Amino acid sequence: MTHIMFLRPLIRGVGPLFLFLALSGCALSDAPILYPKGPIALAQRNLLFDAFWLMMIVAIPVYVLTIAFLIRYRRENKSAAYAPDWEGSWKYETVIWSVPAIIVVAIGFLLWEGTHKLDPYKKIVSDKPAFQVQAVALDWKWLFIYPELGVASVNELAFPADRPLSVEITSDTVMNSFMIPALGGQIYAMAGMRSELNLLADEPGVFTGRNTMYSGDGYSDQYFQAHAMTESDFSDWSDKVKASASTLDAPTYVELHKQSIADPVTYYSSYEPGLFKIILRKYAPVVGPYESEAAELICRGAA
Amino acid sequence: MLGRLTIDALPFYSWVAMGGAAVTVGGGIAAFLLVTYLKAWKALWFDWLTSVDHKKIGIMYIVLALVMLVRGFVDAIMMRAQQAIALNNEGYLPPEHFEQIFSSHGTIMIFFVAMPFLTGLINIVVPQQIGARDVAFPFLNSFSFFMTAAGAALVLVSLVVGKFSQAGWTGYPPYSGIEYSPGVGVDYWIWALLVSGVGSTLTGINFIVTIIKNRCPGMTYMRMPLFTWTALCISILMAFAFPALTVVALQLALDRTLGFHFFTNGDGGNMMMFANLLWIWGHPEVYILILPAFGIFSEVVATFSRKRLFGYASLVYATACIAILSFTVWLHHFFTMGSSANVNAVFGIATMIIAVPTGVKIFDWLFTMYRGRIEFHPAMVFTIGFMVTFVIGGVTGVLLALPPADYLMHNSTFLVAHFHNMLIPGALFGYFAGMNYWFPKAFGFKLNEKWGIRSFWCWIIGFYLAFMPLYVLGFMGMTRRMEHYQDPNWQPYLIVAALGAVFVLFGIICIGIQLYVSAKEWGSSKDVTGDPWNGRTLEWATSSPPAPYNFAVIPEVRDLDAFHDMKLRGQAYQAPSGYEDIVMPKNTWLGPVMGVLGFLLGFAMVWYIWWLAALCFVASLVCVGIRACDDDTEFVLPAAEVARIEGARLAAIAPGDLHDMREFAPRGAATGAILPGSA
Amino acid sequence: MTNTLQQEAVLAHEEQKSLEAREFGFWVYLMTDAIIFALLFATYVVLSNNSAAGPTAKELFDLRHTASETALLLLSSLTFGFATIAMHEDRAGQVVKWLVISVGLGLGFLAMELVEFYGMIQKGAGPEVSGFLSAFFTLVGTHGLHVAFGSIGIFVMIGQVLSKGLTLPVRSRLIRLGLFWHFLDIVWIGIFSVVYLPGVM
Repeated sequence: MTHIMFLRPLIRGVGPLFLFLALSGCALSDAPILYPKGPIALAQRNLLFDAFWLMMIVAIPVYVLTIAFLIRYRRENKSAAYAPDWEGSWKYETVIWSVPAIIVVAIGFLLWEGTHKLDPYKKIVSDKPAFQVQAVALDWKWLFIYPELGVASVNELAFPADRPLSVEITSDTVMNSFMIPALGGQIYAMAGMRSELNLLADEPGVFTGRNTMYSGDGYSDQYFQAHAMTESDFSDWSDKVKASASTLDAPTYVELHKQSIADPVTYYSSYEPGLFKIILRKYAPVVGPYESEAAELICRGAA
Repeated sequence: MLGRLTIDALPFYSWVAMGGAAVTVGGGIAAFLLVTYLKAWKALWFDWLTSVDHKKIGIMYIVLALVMLVRGFVDAIMMRAQQAIALNNEGYLPPEHFEQIFSSHGTIMIFFVAMPFLTGLINIVVPQQIGARDVAFPFLNSFSFFMTAAGAALVLVSLVVGKFSQAGWTGYPPYSGIEYSPGVGVDYWIWALLVSGVGSTLTGINFIVTIIKNRCPGMTYMRMPLFTWTALCISILMAFAFPALTVVALQLALDRTLGFHFFTNGDGGNMMMFANLLWIWGHPEVYILILPAFGIFSEVVATFSRKRLFGYASLVYATACIAILSFTVWLHHFFTMGSSANVNAVFGIATMIIAVPTGVKIFDWLFTMYRGRIEFHPAMVFTIGFMVTFVIGGVTGVLLALPPADYLMHNSTFLVAHFHNMLIPGALFGYFAGMNYWFPKAFGFKLNEKWGIRSFWCWIIGFYLAFMPLYVLGFMGMTRRMEHYQDPNWQPYLIVAALGAVFVLFGIICIGIQLYVSAKEWGSSKDVTGDPWNGRTLEWATSSPPAPYNFAVIPEVRDLDAFHDMKLRGQAYQAPSGYEDIVMPKNTWLGPVMGVLGFLLGFAMVWYIWWLAALCFVASLVCVGIRACDDDTEFVLPAAEVARIEGARLAAIAPGDLHDMREFAPRGAATGAILPGSA
Repeated sequence: MTNTLQQEAVLAHEEQKSLEAREFGFWVYLMTDAIIFALLFATYVVLSNNSAAGPTAKELFDLRHTASETALLLLSSLTFGFATIAMHEDRAGQVVKWLVISVGLGLGFLAMELVEFYGMIQKGAGPEVSGFLSAFFTLVGTHGLHVAFGSIGIFVMIGQVLSKGLTLPVRSRLIRLGLFWHFLDIVWIGIFSVVYLPGVM
């Protein structure tokens, strides 16, 4: 009897959980990892799913055997076989070592292939050239620089949906991590270092991106909207930004660099030439003379 | 005079801080009054604090772990409550407090709950399992404990004087550097780690030597109980991984205190080096926490299946494999740092390989249950709960080991759910199983089983409710450490997670009630034989609680299940022909004094009170010098006294107390007779 | 009377066992220390070119000075070896003599190191200048700190040999201290070949 009493709280306790999850299942259709909006994120998700199902080959028997053994070999069941001195069996041992090993080898192949195929630095093959954006992590906002357009924006990223998006990333503060979950994985943004992420959207849309690496008080609000736009929408957007009255010259950047939380979307119709490079060299391991007054201002934070 | 310590360090700036301080100070005062009321100061000092008996040190470790568990849990439930309500609003915790809470939660749970809990269990059990009278270096053991306690004290004090780190338990620079975290918080974190890290390194050395040198005759390596094997493996990991933590914490301290540039943004620092050094310690640390639990599960599953462990050699090799591999996978903690695909793939595959020996272990335990006679003792129930739940953690672990998948899931709540899945069912359930299993050995009476089962159900239901939603939230793009959020779809899941934390609270309360009820029923649940569960390994051969010397006569081992074998041969409770004098280590005040010095040193370094730091450092050196010159650290317990203690023990055992060994008859039958378990 | 004799025999046996364990434990401790140094070496290698705005290794290191330091430290290892030989021959006076010479050489090494550090800081090359110098001072300084502790240890042991004679525990401590002292030599050779030689090459 004990074994049934032993299970009763399980039914009582976990039942509502499943009920709840069943009811809230609809919210999952928004889950960017499960329903990605770009081929990179989709490939990453599919790898996740493939590995998951492969592992079920081992995991499901564990559940079945655990439940079966618990019921069959409970102390009260005197009719079950009892082998108190059985200490091992080559047959069983071979199986329990080799099956997980084979599965790991199989997933290992998937892993090797997937890691190379989905290397975030790898350019995406497309008949159209990639759209270049430079992203700079600041406390606590994202600055996007568009070399192709000569403009910059804060806390909003826009790009043409039919072109691959190639983001160069660095940080002018602590370590950050740049991610647009619906489009693909993340990569760290570190001061003095340049990392890269190559993404592609299936179709026009708006996706949330954020810093995923805890960075201080404003971290929770350090997110932005990434707009994948149709060609005409994008040119409208670009015109709008170019018409902006603000420009991101060195003193403005120094001001922008100061800590602030939940900044509104801001557009700059131009930016300090070579801004991304200057931000990178600010933290270079070997320091030389500054190339310009603006560079010195940006690097030293004050004139 | 007092460095940067001023009156502003007191927590009068916010209600949350005042509350934390009040609870801490109140707890301290309550403990003080309780000891005074019980007139126990003398006993506390002479019988406990100055004791070098490994069993008493072990108990002190576990008391520390349970106290800190409550503290760490308060952090946890506060975080869950904050996230449950903080949709598009600030909740009730400002970021500053939320950040301190998640930082101290991680720090406390890893360093001051899991570490002391497992070290305590190893302390109580391992010397007895290998038939030894003590650890190799009893004083060092006491010193290690007080260093751990000093580290814990630093974390507790940070609630009252100053603030704790806001940089998370991993303290990644440059955020944890002086430029971005100018307060004392990160320094508290660093010095708590440094001080307790010294203790852990020395514990590692101590148990390596103990297990290699102090085994009784016949206890070959392949006859060591699995728990001892895991203890040996993690001692090696502790000795060789903790120096990395010491180095990285010290470098960060130099950066912060003296303006060095190891990890700073500019001036030639390199923050990626921090991640590498931290995880060179950090990944072995994961196995330091989990392997002892695996050892406990191995002992418990054999005992309560009434059966020999299946695949002992397999389990030993699997343990050793895991221990070695644990040094080769650290990079998987930062696949997203931008290493080349080759590097990421190699570390990913190395990580997945660990899943093989781990999977083997699960199957070995399953086949130990196969054709057994399973009893649902709380220790066994925790083990079953572990096996079922740990599989989920293993699967999600392999998923995270795939670099492309990790790009998606890194820093998300999926990751948080994964490592809690490893550390709650994997490690903590093991420690609870160990506590239920070995409690009678340490205290001489059994824990109440009813409340043990209740605590299990609360914990496991709480675990599923708290962490399954976090897995889902990871898929929904929620990152860890968010003080508030904007996505309304997340909130229902976070409410369920908070409900899970409430269940865990019930679980902790159940453990409290279990201890209370058991202590009240002390008389009726006494363990007279020293072998309450019909155990198989040598620790059950001693009395409960064991005499200070554990074994009056050093046993000789003939079998893996040494004590089981003795019972079958009818030699378990035989009085020897005579007793010998026993050399025992003397108690010493140096351990607690050096612990206080370690605490003050850390405190002084946090607050830049240089004279005090120098004073403590010199005083510590003097203490080491005193010990190094002391040739009189042992005393002799005369044979007559040993005979008296042992005689009284054997006289108290009635034949009815002994276990019926007839169900194991096939082995005993070889001698032609069915053995009742004793001569 | 016999009782105490028996007790002493038991004590002596236990002592022998515990000293053996101590020696083994000390080896394990040295391994943990070796890991500390290994990681400091690794840190140094990573940061050795990160001189930021400060001077580089080439501008700072003086190989002749370092060679003299090396000579002092190696010599003191040798003289400690003589002390150990004298200990095995039960000549307490010789032991003390060689220990005094060893600690003298060790202190000479420390003095030279401090002169080097002082000179560097005077030249504006302190540890707070760049990642390279932080790593340099930490690695070399940690070694120097070990030598300082070793020297204190030698003083303590000179005192013990003089006051207690060459008893079993004193011998065991001397052997362990010797291991420590020779270990520091090996680390120094590493520093010489990883820090100073490539620095000036």
